[in-house]
Amino acid sequence: MTALLELRDVHARYGPVNALHGVSLTVDEGEIVAVLGANGAGKTTTLRAISHTVHRDGDIRFAGNALRGGPEAVARLGVAHVPEGRGTFSELTVWENLRLGAYTRRGNLKDDFARVGSYFPWLEDRRHQQAGTLSGGEQQMLALARAFMQRPRLLMLDEPSLGLAPLLVTEVFRIVQELNENEGVTVLVVEQNAHIALQLAQTAYVLEVGRVALSGPSADLQQHESVRRSYLGY
Amino acid sequence: MVELARKLPLPQRRFPASPVLLLLAAACIFLTVESLRSTIFAQLTVAGVATGVVYGSLALALVLIYRATEVINFAQGEMAMAMVYVAYQLTLWGLAYWEAFFLTLAIAFVFGVVTQRVFIRPVQGRSVIAVVIVTVGLFILIDGLVEWKWSANQRFMQAPFGNKIYHLGNVPIARQDLGTIVITLISVSALWAFFRFTKLGLGMRAGALRPAAARLVGVRTNALLAVGWGLAAVLGAVAGLMTEPAEYVLQPTLMQPVLLYAFAAAVLGGLESPGGALVGGIALGIFLNLLPSHSWGFVTSALELPVAFAALLVVLLIKPTGLFGHRTVRKV
Repeated sequence: MTALLELRDVHARYGPVNALHGVSLTVDEGEIVAVLGANGAGKTTTLRAISHTVHRDGDIRFAGNALRGGPEAVARLGVAHVPEGRGTFSELTVWENLRLGAYTRRGNLKDDFARVGSYFPWLEDRRHQQAGTLSGGEQQMLALARAFMQRPRLLMLDEPSLGLAPLLVTEVFRIVQELNENEGVTVLVVEQNAHIALQLAQTAYVLEVGRVALSGPSADLQQHESVRRSYLGY
Repeated sequence: MVELARKLPLPQRRFPASPVLLLLAAACIFLTVESLRSTIFAQLTVAGVATGVVYGSLALALVLIYRATEVINFAQGEMAMAMVYVAYQLTLWGLAYWEAFFLTLAIAFVFGVVTQRVFIRPVQGRSVIAVVIVTVGLFILIDGLVEWKWSANQRFMQAPFGNKIYHLGNVPIARQDLGTIVITLISVSALWAFFRFTKLGLGMRAGALRPAAARLVGVRTNALLAVGWGLAAVLGAVAGLMTEPAEYVLQPTLMQPVLLYAFAAAVLGGLESPGGALVGGIALGIFLNLLPSHSWGFVTSALELPVAFAALLVVLLIKPTGLFGHRTVRKV
C-alpha cells in the first residue's frame, strides 16, 4: 500500500493560540483511519490543517505532492471534507446541496445521482426539500452523499456521530464502510465515539493536547490499557 | 427518530408569510378595479410600474451585493450613472442606441469586477464599516470623475423608445413605459435564471450563504464575489439607462433620488430577498405615482420622498424583517 496522505510535524494555530504541536500521521490508499481524542485535543484542527482552513506549518503531502493553496484548491485535488456541523447549505434544497458536492467536476452527473440514490434511497423523494428542514440524521446522510458526489480520493469526516441517536450512528458508519469497500474511497474520520470508530477503522491515532500520543492498528489500540480506560470506558 | 421528524409539521419549502401575500393580492385587486373605473388611475398605475421596476432593479443590485458582501453599496447609483455616460459617449462616437446599450452592459460587468478587485477586496477582511466607507468614497470618486470628463452640464441622449403612445381600450400607455418594463423584466429574469439554473449561479448562492462550507466543496468564493459585483453593476446600468429617458436629460445627479428609492424598496422587500426587492420597487413606484392625485391634495410631489419613507417606517414597525424577510428553519 502507498500513502495517500502524509502529515509530518504539522503545527497549526488560531491567532496566537497553538492547537497542534507537531502532528505526524499517514493514511494509506483505500484505508479507513480514525483520529481519537478528548475535546480540545486537536482532532478537528488536524482536519482543518489538511484542508487549510486554519493557519498551518509543516509538511503535508497528498498523493505524493505537497498540498498547497486554500480549501478550494484542496477540494479540487480530491479531498472531501465534511466539517464540524456538516457544512450543510440549509437554505438550499437537498438537490442543490448534492449539485454543490459535484461542484469541482464536469460532465454528466446522472450516473452519480443514481449511485448516490442506491446508498440513500430516501434522497430522491426529498430532493426539493430545504436541507435545513431535514433531521440531524438525514443531514448527516446528506453530508455523506454530498461528499460522495465529489468523487473524492480522500473523505474526511468530522465527528459524524455528533448529536445522533445510537441507531443512526450505526447506520452512518455502515454507509461509510460501504463507500470505502465498494467505491474505494479512503477515509479519515475524527471521532469522540472511540468504540465505533475503532470497529470501523484499520488504523487509529490518539491525540492528546495537539500531539499524537498513541497510534497503531485499531485491534491493538482496542486492547491498549489506557485507551480502554480513557476512551472505551471499561 | 427519522420517522418522527418526517411526521412533524415542518414547512417543506419556504414561502413568504401568507398575510403578506394576501396583502399583495388585495393591493393588486384594488389596483385592477380602480384602473377599470378610471382611465387616469390606470395610466398612473402603468407609469408607476415603469418607475417601480427601475427602482426594483437597482434595489436588486443592492440586494445582490448585500447578500454577497454584507454591505450596502452606496456607490451603486453612481456606478449606474457613470455607465449611462459611457453609453452616451458611445452614441456620440456613432453607435446606434441599442449597440451602445449592450456594449455598455458588457463594460458595466468589467467595471463591477474591477471595482470589487481594486477597491473592495483589500478592505473586505476588515470590518463592515471599512467597506461601507470605501463605497461612500467610490460615490464621491465616480461623481468627481464624471464631472471632470463630461462636466455637470445637462446632456441629451437619443431616446430609445420614442414618444409613441399605445391605447389599450381608452387607456393611453407610453411606449417608453412599456419598453422600460419589458427591458427591466427581461434582465431581471435572465439574472434569476442564471442564479437558479447554472452551476456558477449555484456556487455564488452557496458562497453568499456559507462561504466556509462553499470553499470546502471547491467554490472559488473570492473570484465569484467579483462576478457578483459585475452582475450588480450590469443590473444598475440597466436601471440607469432606463432612468435616463424618463428624466429626458443626463446629468451627474441622475441616479441619486433613484438610489434612495431603491434603498427603500430593498428594505421594504427584506434586504436579503431578490424577489422582495423587485416587489418593493414596483409597490413604491405605483404608490408614489398615485399619491399626488389621490391624497386629496395632502401630498404634493415635493412631499413624495418623506411620505415614501414614512410608509416604509410603518411597514417596518409592523414587520421588522421587511415584506419577504424571514428567519430560516435550521436544525442541529
